Amino acid sequence: MSGNLIAEFRNPEVLNAALRRVKEAGHQALDAFTPYPVEGLDEELGIAPSRIRYAMLAGGLIVAACAFGLQWYSAVIDYPLNSGGRPLNSWQVFLLVPFEVGVFAAALSGVVAFLWSCGLPRLHHPLFEIPGFERATQDHYFLLVAAKADEAVGELRHVLEAAGAVVVTEVRQP
Amino acid sequence: MSPVLDPTLPAPHRWIASERASDVEVTQAIADPVFAPVGNAWWIALLVSLPFVLWLIASIGWLFYKGIGIWGINSTVVWGVAIANYVWWIGIGNAGTLISSMLLLTRQQWRGSINRFAEAMTLFAVAIAGIMPIIHLGRPIYAYWLAPYPNTMTLWPQWRSALVWDFWAIISYLLFSILFFYIALIPDLATMRDRTRTRAGQLLYGAFALGWRGSARHWRRLKTLHTTMAALGVPLVCSVHSIVGLDFAASLMPGWQESIFPPYFVLGAMYSGFAMVIILALAIRWGLSLQAIITANHFEVMGRILLMASIVMGYSYASEWFMAWYGGKHSERSLVAFEFAGTYAPLFWALLACNVVMPQALWFPAVRHSLPALLAIAVGINIGMWLERILIVWNTLSHDYMPSLWRSFHFTFWDWSFLIAPLGLFALLFLLFMRLVPSVSMFDMRELAHQEGAA
Repeated sequence: MSGNLIAEFRNPEVLNAALRRVKEAGHQALDAFTPYPVEGLDEELGIAPSRIRYAMLAGGLIVAACAFGLQWYSAVIDYPLNSGGRPLNSWQVFLLVPFEVGVFAAALSGVVAFLWSCGLPRLHHPLFEIPGFERATQDHYFLLVAAKADEAVGELRHVLEAAGAVVVTEVRQP
Repeated sequence: MSPVLDPTLPAPHRWIASERASDVEVTQAIADPVFAPVGNAWWIALLVSLPFVLWLIASIGWLFYKGIGIWGINSTVVWGVAIANYVWWIGIGNAGTLISSMLLLTRQQWRGSINRFAEAMTLFAVAIAGIMPIIHLGRPIYAYWLAPYPNTMTLWPQWRSALVWDFWAIISYLLFSILFFYIALIPDLATMRDRTRTRAGQLLYGAFALGWRGSARHWRRLKTLHTTMAALGVPLVCSVHSIVGLDFAASLMPGWQESIFPPYFVLGAMYSGFAMVIILALAIRWGLSLQAIITANHFEVMGRILLMASIVMGYSYASEWFMAWYGGKHSERSLVAFEFAGTYAPLFWALLACNVVMPQALWFPAVRHSLPALLAIAVGINIGMWLERILIVWNTLSHDYMPSLWRSFHFTFWDWSFLIAPLGLFALLFLLFMRLVPSVSMFDMRELAHQEGAA
């Protein structure tokens, strides 16, 4: 589909205003690229809350359970050692190690889930071909929009330019 | 090097001392020093720190060759500088992530100026702390026995041992801190990738930026991940330093077997860590000309935090003394008397002066606004906190239950080596960090500048 346009703005307020106009005109806003997380932009774009936390919970609990299991197996089954008359399954102190490694495992699962859901790492992306796109990580704000129909691309370009876009570029792929 | 953001006094915004701080100005102010030619001050600092690193390597080599007898430890005072160093370094190491995640969770906007280098401080300090228990082992070649692995001896680690808890706590915490540091660095690495003019820089920053392009979807997920990691980080940090406290508190020794130790250690960690952050913030602010970004107000609030922590430290010390008296055990009461009037009494009074008395000057706004005064107090606190840790070790071991075993610790050259030389390694790592990545989080600063109305 060739109806995608990317518009470059000088500041987030103009981008937000343009986003509203694009939606009022019936077009679809796909994504925005900004140098910092602009508050409220994700709601405007209708981005669903991420489910990274479930992955973190699962990863953390599984690894913590494995760590406890390892201690239990080694201390009770494989190498029972009576140290000062303490019970072989000293579960209270066996909770320390599972907590530590569980938190780390949760973080690691979170990072993996984050990269997976973002499609990163990615060495190249078609958007990097757009002249001036390197400013998306510095000081310019980009809005990626799809026209409601192939014929409406020209109209969409007018909407963006009227809203204050510095440059509007057509993109072949998303 | 002239600063891009000219600092104006008095600061027109609460956390940005510049009339205007547009996105491009913030980016230039933070990123350009990394690309700028290396200044003389940096080279001098590097050349000063290098001999210390060599000294540390030589000391470790000599220790591995000769054994731990080169230290002033003896059959009574079996712990010494290595253990105090371990607690001190991991205390500083705990503070970075603790500060960063607590300020994130409590939505303190000013964190943006300090969190990046505070987290770097954590990584380097924890790495140095991790060396200490290993060199303290009589037979360090067997350090790997702490890890559970299938072995021909059919042995397993003793999971009830505080040393094994330490091993897991340090490893988990170090790896966690690396992840926490790295994910918040990704957007800034992308900025560096897009600003650098050299091919090598583009490849290197590009590889580590993982293809970040500032998509709103990615920002949303990064924020979720970062906040959740911060929420996990606070209990993790508390547990790590609590476990360090348990190294002492899980014993039966007078002055160590106290239930106050874990929280008291966590607070001590935050205290010395904030003091270290002030020292590093002053260095970075001066070295990279970031007067507009790390403002007088930042030092003012950090001074208040130090004051609060010093009061709680004083309360902790007092409650130790009170409980020793109130508990009525002879060994405990005798230990407190030994602390105040025994062999190490001058050091003990110095510790109280550094940690409890001197920081009271921070009640005065003039002191909180004076950078030399803050620096002096921060250095004093770090010295005081090291004294606290060494005295926890020395006093109890020198004044145990059995008077016939009472002996003192005497510093040797190699004790001084392991006390001083790691500071050089820390400085070296920090100097390299300043040259490789932006020392302040650029995207946090852009957000802050927009919120403050400076952009």
